[in-house]
Amino acid sequence: MRYAMAIDTKKCVGCGDCVVACQTENNVPHGYCRDWIVERVDGTYPSLSLEFRSERCNHCDNSPCVRCCPTGASHIEEGGIVSVTPHKCIGCGACIQSCPYDARYSHPDGYVDKCTFCLHRVQKGQKTACVDVCPTKCLHFGDLDDPNSDVSLAIKDRSWKVLAPEAGTKPQLYFLT
Amino acid sequence: MKEELFVSGRNIPNIDPYLNIWHWQIPLYLFLGGLAAGILFFAGYFVVRGKEKEMKTTVKIAPIIAPIALILGLFALFLDLKHKLFFWQLYTTIRLESPMGWGAWTLMIITPISFIWVASYMKELIPGWNWKFDFLEKFEAFVIKHRVSLAWIMMIYAIILGVYTGILLSAFNARPLWNTSILGPLFLVSGFSTGLATIIWMSKDANERKILSRIDLVFIIIEIFLIVHLFMGFLAGSETAIEAANLFLGGEFTVSFWVFVVVIGLIFPALFETLEIWGMHVPKWLPPVMILFGGFMFRFIMVEAGQITRYLY
Amino acid sequence: MKTRRDFIKISTAGAGAAAISFKALGSKGFGLFESKTEGPVSDEDLTPYPTYCEVCFWKCAAWAYVDKNGTIRKVVGNKNDPHCNGRLCPRGTGGVGMVYDEDRLKTPLIRDTRKDGTQYFREATWDEALNKVADKMKEVKEKYGPEAFGLFNHGTPGGHFHHLLRAYGSESNAEPAFANCRGPRSSAYFSTFGAYVGSPECTDIRDTKCLVLIGSHLGENMHNSQVQEMSDAIDNGATIITVDPRFSTAAAHSNHWLPIKPSTDIALLMAWIHVLIYEGLYDKDYVEQYTFGLDYLKDHVKNMTPEWAYGITTIEPEEIRRTARAMADAAPAVIIHPGRHVVWYGDDTQRGRAMAILTALLGAWGKRGGLYFPEGVSVPAYPHPHFPEPKWTWKDWNAGRYPLATMGITTEALKASIPRYNYKHQLKAWLVAGTNLPLSMPDKPLFKEAADSVEFIAVMDTMPMDITGYADVIFPEATYLERYDVIRSAANREPNIALRMPAIEPKYDSKPGWWIAKQIGERLGLHDYFNYDDYSEVIDWQLKQLGTSLEEMKKIGVKKFPRKSGPLYLGDGENYDFNTTTGKIELYSVDFADHGFDPIPNYTKHPEPPQNFYRLIYGRAPMHTFSRTSNNPHLSDLMSENSVWVNPKVADLWGLKNGQEVWLKNQDDAITSFPVKVRVTERIRWDSVYMVHGFGHKNKKLSRAFGKGAADTEMITNVAVDPIMGGTGMRGNFITFLTEDPALEEKEVKA
Repeated sequence: MRYAMAIDTKKCVGCGDCVVACQTENNVPHGYCRDWIVERVDGTYPSLSLEFRSERCNHCDNSPCVRCCPTGASHIEEGGIVSVTPHKCIGCGACIQSCPYDARYSHPDGYVDKCTFCLHRVQKGQKTACVDVCPTKCLHFGDLDDPNSDVSLAIKDRSWKVLAPEAGTKPQLYFLT
Repeated sequence: MKEELFVSGRNIPNIDPYLNIWHWQIPLYLFLGGLAAGILFFAGYFVVRGKEKEMKTTVKIAPIIAPIALILGLFALFLDLKHKLFFWQLYTTIRLESPMGWGAWTLMIITPISFIWVASYMKELIPGWNWKFDFLEKFEAFVIKHRVSLAWIMMIYAIILGVYTGILLSAFNARPLWNTSILGPLFLVSGFSTGLATIIWMSKDANERKILSRIDLVFIIIEIFLIVHLFMGFLAGSETAIEAANLFLGGEFTVSFWVFVVVIGLIFPALFETLEIWGMHVPKWLPPVMILFGGFMFRFIMVEAGQITRYLY
Repeated sequence: MKTRRDFIKISTAGAGAAAISFKALGSKGFGLFESKTEGPVSDEDLTPYPTYCEVCFWKCAAWAYVDKNGTIRKVVGNKNDPHCNGRLCPRGTGGVGMVYDEDRLKTPLIRDTRKDGTQYFREATWDEALNKVADKMKEVKEKYGPEAFGLFNHGTPGGHFHHLLRAYGSESNAEPAFANCRGPRSSAYFSTFGAYVGSPECTDIRDTKCLVLIGSHLGENMHNSQVQEMSDAIDNGATIITVDPRFSTAAAHSNHWLPIKPSTDIALLMAWIHVLIYEGLYDKDYVEQYTFGLDYLKDHVKNMTPEWAYGITTIEPEEIRRTARAMADAAPAVIIHPGRHVVWYGDDTQRGRAMAILTALLGAWGKRGGLYFPEGVSVPAYPHPHFPEPKWTWKDWNAGRYPLATMGITTEALKASIPRYNYKHQLKAWLVAGTNLPLSMPDKPLFKEAADSVEFIAVMDTMPMDITGYADVIFPEATYLERYDVIRSAANREPNIALRMPAIEPKYDSKPGWWIAKQIGERLGLHDYFNYDDYSEVIDWQLKQLGTSLEEMKKIGVKKFPRKSGPLYLGDGENYDFNTTTGKIELYSVDFADHGFDPIPNYTKHPEPPQNFYRLIYGRAPMHTFSRTSNNPHLSDLMSENSVWVNPKVADLWGLKNGQEVWLKNQDDAITSFPVKVRVTERIRWDSVYMVHGFGHKNKKLSRAFGKGAADTEMITNVAVDPIMGGTGMRGNFITFLTEDPALEEKEVKA
């Protein structure tokens, strides 16, 4: 089982719904966010292109954050979801330094926090909060090992890219282009 | 024109616009760790070479600094933790892939060793010193008998400690400035140099100082050599590496790095130590102070600048 | 010796510390072994309450999830609701923030004067506040007649006050949403098709093959179901054509982006019409059967060629032809989106007419993938006596002008409030519900003068918005998540209704709008118009008339009903009588001709920015609703301030850097109260700048929104009034940059 997410940049309008839904679902404190939107503009008026990306932790297959954790608080859950056990975390910040996507942050309560692929929902067969709320339905989530899952079908016939592949982390967020 | 920006208001404290999770505590820890490593290495080295008597400060007196430095360093590290109540979780597991874990366990080994080393010379330094307990007296005798073996162990762990302070940073390839294997050896050499500087400063024996100064000079030259290679490596690398190097070649850290670290921390001490070897009189404390200052500034700047460099955005 | 008070303080501190450590040992295991984190709550531990959102006017039906402690944790869309299909937009998802915003209005406030003459708001009881308003209403009725009490409103809160005022004898109301937003297209489409496009618009986007956005930035304006359907259209490979001087989000997702020169849209539309007619691409059968005036139209557009339009719009003639052919290829599954906020240059009704004519030529009205026939549920009114006939209404302010206006024009209401304008029918007092006039109206000096002139202003709002600063009495309204409200029934593909019920009790001393209106009504002796104790009785009665009940609606939230008015679309060749003068779709508008307006649109050149000035274009951001949400903690986290978009060439010229703060000054020397940050971007033309509307709040009580960004409306002093229905064209304002604080400059000069 390998959970992954696909983001269709041809449809994302950068509305930020995924950001707010994650906050209300996961009780993220104000001023912090587990996912965010990046806007990229290329060209000169009027030959322009624009891309919106809804980004979050990539739940990498080769995650540097799990490797560098001295206490094992950062660990891999079912389906490759990278997770943090708060009461094992000492707040040393090594994992934050090791993430090339800057997906982690130091929660005001002291431990390190980040996107959890809504593990508590996935375990009940639901999708993540961001995928469920997206008005343009540009987010797809599911099991890559299942050829009929939402995410497998999404990346099947489309060209896609991942972020910072040269970092060697094998990220599991696929941006459909 | 290319624009890439956050449009969902992301402004996480200490992460945006630049990473700023580690402040002065980590550089201080790295500095003190390197310093202690240097002192302990040379203490062990000269015992193995049989030069205990000639290098009295190196072997017997300066090592007092080592445990103090290590404890202070550990305390700084503890202060840096954001989930302090759970610090003990560090010692519930050994994770070979985690440099932080390496550091925790290495320190766990070398700190007691440094205490034992100092303790084994207590009778020589403080006349009339008595351990009061019988088993401690027996233990002291055991240590003194096997001092050479202890010296070897100490030298090995000192090297591990010295190199580890650099590897801790270079393991984080996500920060382009630290993504180079030169950092390990560089921090090792720098640490040994600061250790030597401390011993030179403390020593009253001119001969001892001369021997150590010569060794220190070699280390400083190696350091300069490694720094040059560091920059050559960055400038030949990817865009993020070049940007990282540019922080020091025209960017915000240019003055502080080249003045504090290179000129004051390396070149001037080398100059003064050379002059001293040639017989000219130089204030005894000047080169060591400059080296120590340069050593700390080096680590401080590397940690600050490294967090500013990032892969994306 | 320590006093007794000190003693109490110390003991509580000690007890507190002991309590904390005890808790650490108790509730989540030992403090050392369990972190005090509070994670997400599982859906099983939450209770859902049905509601519909009030953050914007789309009114998506949703479920408010309340946890065991009585806190609303999240709001999620109702899957059965055609407005949202189970997915709320970011404002709806962030609506919880409205409830827990500590800056909320908490108690009724009454304007009072201190001994030293300064004014302030003092807290009052509901009785006092309600009595004051009721007394004033009685006073106005005696002195001037009830018609002199006016109402400005937006959204459901206004509805209750509309009812109150009608019972009282006044129909002097105005919604900025008409003359300051969609009014022109209402009049334009009504005179063409005899029907309104409605809100939500009856656009069949999910089945369309070609979507033309001219005057719409869908994706930045977050009209939920339309953004969703646009995404479906992209999936289906529909062609999207966007006409916009700015590279909007919609333009980025389009197949064709026409970077039009601002103010020249009518030329483009007429050129498209020309191509369709003269290349024979229009739907001949449809036009033959359903329309009137083709010959006039053909003659009128003879010289309006793409080459002619190129000189005006800077759009290449080939591109004009290409896009016209793409539309014709897709016909009748093509939508010329009627747009929103269409008040630009004063000839906006004519531009709406051009769009309506284009729609008719493509045969898209009443066709799948074009515009469908919506149907709503008619909710019966709760029994009340007949409303008294007022002696004059909002129509009379217009004094014969704007004959085709269908609702009150807000600027006219403002002028009617100012004695020096000498309107025959004057307004003496206002009730404002759910609209932030200072930030939504252009020509701020006019508003200020009007607010100063009237004798009394009562405002009902949830937040201390800028309008509250002008009030004499302020009513703190309970948010939509804390109250019952009217049954939502908007026209759609399938007739449907939605229930709003409270998820939690109103916080602080706030009260629902229906209760406030009823209390005032009782005090005015209008009990018969409010013949119930709790509004849930009204809802239950209405639902029972419709064949359901409050109990059922509480479980399902949304209920759909079968259509009664016939199919969604016109059948092929079906006979249809349009509600126009001629009974047909009027390509040539008889109504307009009768009133002396151009029966077929003409292009008029509009003023261009003078040297060193740039046209101000403004719009929406998907995470905000005008100025209403700037203080919402969730949404201000997403976007806390606006910026002014400047083209890199212009930035170079002025030496402006990204993130630099500038003040804006317009052609009438108005200066923004606050500075705004520059965003240097290629997405905007070199002759224009762009800002998101709704920032630059001046009320200090809005802790998150005060002073953030600048208010675009402060720059809108030149208003081009549409002679047909009174729409206030606002895009004819030009700004220049001030890099130094103008307030400092003034001080220097004085010294």
